[in-house]
Amino acid sequence: MNRALIMRLRGLLRKESLQILRDPSSIAIAFVMPVVLLLIFGYGVSLDAKRVPLALVVEQPNRDTASFTAGFFQSPYFVPVRFSTVQEADAAMRARLVDGIVWLRSDFSRRMLSEGNAPIGLIVNGVDANNARLVEGYLQQVWADWLAKFAASQGLTLNMPVQADVRVWFNPAVASTDFLVPGLIAVIMTLTGALLTAMVVAREWERGTMESLLVTPASIHEIILSKLVPYFMLGMGGMILSVAMAVWLFEVPLRGSLWLLMASSSAFLLCALGMGLLISTVSKNQFVAGQIAIIVTFLPAFILSGFVFDIRSMPAAIRLITHIVAARYFVTILQSVFLAGNVWPVVLPNIFALILMAAIFLGLARHSARKSLE
Amino acid sequence: MLHRVFALVVKELLAVLKDVKSRMVLVGPPIIQLVVFGYAANYDLNHVPFAVYNEDPSQPSRELVARFEGAPAFQEVARIHSDAEVGPLIDRRQALMVLHIDRRFSRDLLRGSAGHVQLILDGRNSNTALLLMGYANTILSDFDTWWSERHGGPKPPATLDIRARFNENLESRWFIVPGIVALLTQVVTLLVTALSVARERENGTFDQLLVTPMRPIDILLGKSIPGFLIGSVEATFIITAGVLWFGVPLRGGFVALYLGLFLFLLSVIGVGLMVSSLSVTQQQALLGTFLFMVPSIILSGFATPIANMPPMVQYLTYVNPMRYFLIVVRSVFLEGSSTRSLVPQYWPMMIIGFVTLAMAGWLFRRRLY
Repeated sequence: MNRALIMRLRGLLRKESLQILRDPSSIAIAFVMPVVLLLIFGYGVSLDAKRVPLALVVEQPNRDTASFTAGFFQSPYFVPVRFSTVQEADAAMRARLVDGIVWLRSDFSRRMLSEGNAPIGLIVNGVDANNARLVEGYLQQVWADWLAKFAASQGLTLNMPVQADVRVWFNPAVASTDFLVPGLIAVIMTLTGALLTAMVVAREWERGTMESLLVTPASIHEIILSKLVPYFMLGMGGMILSVAMAVWLFEVPLRGSLWLLMASSSAFLLCALGMGLLISTVSKNQFVAGQIAIIVTFLPAFILSGFVFDIRSMPAAIRLITHIVAARYFVTILQSVFLAGNVWPVVLPNIFALILMAAIFLGLARHSARKSLE
Repeated sequence: MLHRVFALVVKELLAVLKDVKSRMVLVGPPIIQLVVFGYAANYDLNHVPFAVYNEDPSQPSRELVARFEGAPAFQEVARIHSDAEVGPLIDRRQALMVLHIDRRFSRDLLRGSAGHVQLILDGRNSNTALLLMGYANTILSDFDTWWSERHGGPKPPATLDIRARFNENLESRWFIVPGIVALLTQVVTLLVTALSVARERENGTFDQLLVTPMRPIDILLGKSIPGFLIGSVEATFIITAGVLWFGVPLRGGFVALYLGLFLFLLSVIGVGLMVSSLSVTQQQALLGTFLFMVPSIILSGFATPIANMPPMVQYLTYVNPMRYFLIVVRSVFLEGSSTRSLVPQYWPMMIIGFVTLAMAGWLFRRRLY
């Protein structure tokens, strides 16, 4: 009995492996796609606003205004452009040539020296609200530096009542690449995992070869297992490539252990492959399988996983929905293992959730495959 | 000729809409996604868990803590009393920030020198960390002003008066919801068009189509118009929901918006048909769709600004129709832009559309010979 099982499995595995080797598209999905996507996104996706074009409107240039605007020319965050009137600067902002306007009115110097509290007008383009907030932060920094310098030039020590010492743990430079690349790996692996199985198995249903497999002595478990193993190995290959690129190309620190990373990746990959199998057994049609795969994998992994948008700020109902997005758990694990280390209280519950989801997907796939035969 | 095209349009629409599963795919997910993503895709922070480590139980420090507790961005989850408690709280993500008030805070303040506070932030999500830093700085500088006023400190020589244009309260939903118009319209239109030719080719019915009196241009029209119809209905639905449900102001005119939508659909349909006629099987068509769609969404400026990308990648975005349409929707919605000021966004979409459609038409014919 046992020998027959092993023989059947070996035969099935051989068939699947040959099928993969003969059709280059699944090898392309597993290896070429992650590399290309990670290259483009790793370099392309960044939330760090640098070299923000900024309009400077100085109505009456003099020493005081020059000392203030000098800060913008020295800052790595701004590329200042001079305009003579606010109307011109406003037109430039509408044409998206500048992202903000700094406006020093003609009485700036007089008010600064007589009564203090001379207003510095700052107008930021609020269309991209997140970017606008970051630009506001940089502007405040320039202003604070100028205040300190101004006080020093007057022979005073600046008296800001509260002095804040900010420490950012795990990512002292607050580089968005370090936080986005681990998340990208999760998004890319969701795609590869689901695409690998969804498309390939749906094609077998469409051609009827799946039904011929089901009538052989091989049990549904063996068929599912034989579909999982080769694609699992392909997927892990892609995963290892992605991690290597993250560490050596994007120089994201890997502070946790490699084996923990691989263990959680296996759990996630099982989940993604299981989802793909389920999609293909439910739809049994490449057209619908492909559409469902696009809709339920990429966009939720992109928006609901915490990859860019913070889950904690979502409304309670949406937070509940994020629990059925496998990428959510994997993104949390990856961000912790890469940047913080083996934080067991974070990693363990998330791995557990992944294993549970993988079991549910595979169980459902088995159930619907069997039902279809009756 | 017209009735031939019309017949093909009817046939295409029936092919997509008569199947229950594929009809559901077109109607259900976009509605669910609009609602879910509209609420989920948000950069604004609410109720971020933070811990207070106050070593100076005094009136000024309590005032400072009260200001943090009162801010909608923060929610206090713990009070700690030693340095050793900071690490585990941050590591386990129970708190994203620890506000540490120095032992001599009030003494220093009353003496007229600077009182020290320390902010420890979780940098695993660098964007959240940066935003939290901004919120905390605002609270601290409000506290500064309040303290100086009460204790007669010197006024700063100049103050910042910050205003945001077009989105006065900097609500990121106003930025994201118009983006979703572009996002979902692209996904649905691509799905409808990209598989249409490949499916017929796999079934062998495309050769039958080619031997009918229809010219390639008729086939092209017949294959494009269903995408136009479905894409326009989808976009109109999302625009309406964005205004009525999410309350995003629509400040510009319909002409500017729908001219943009028309050209966007033209270019997306062009890409879809090109991918479709390049592929022999549906699987290849789907892979091609994926390989176009995923980068086009991530590199469109939907979630992360194009200006932050390195120049090489920025050049790549010039062939991405979604890049242009995103600017059109957002500026018509929030800035009330006129049709004329959007011309620089219109013509690239038109060129992409014509080039890809011409390629698709050429590929139709090439297959027969």
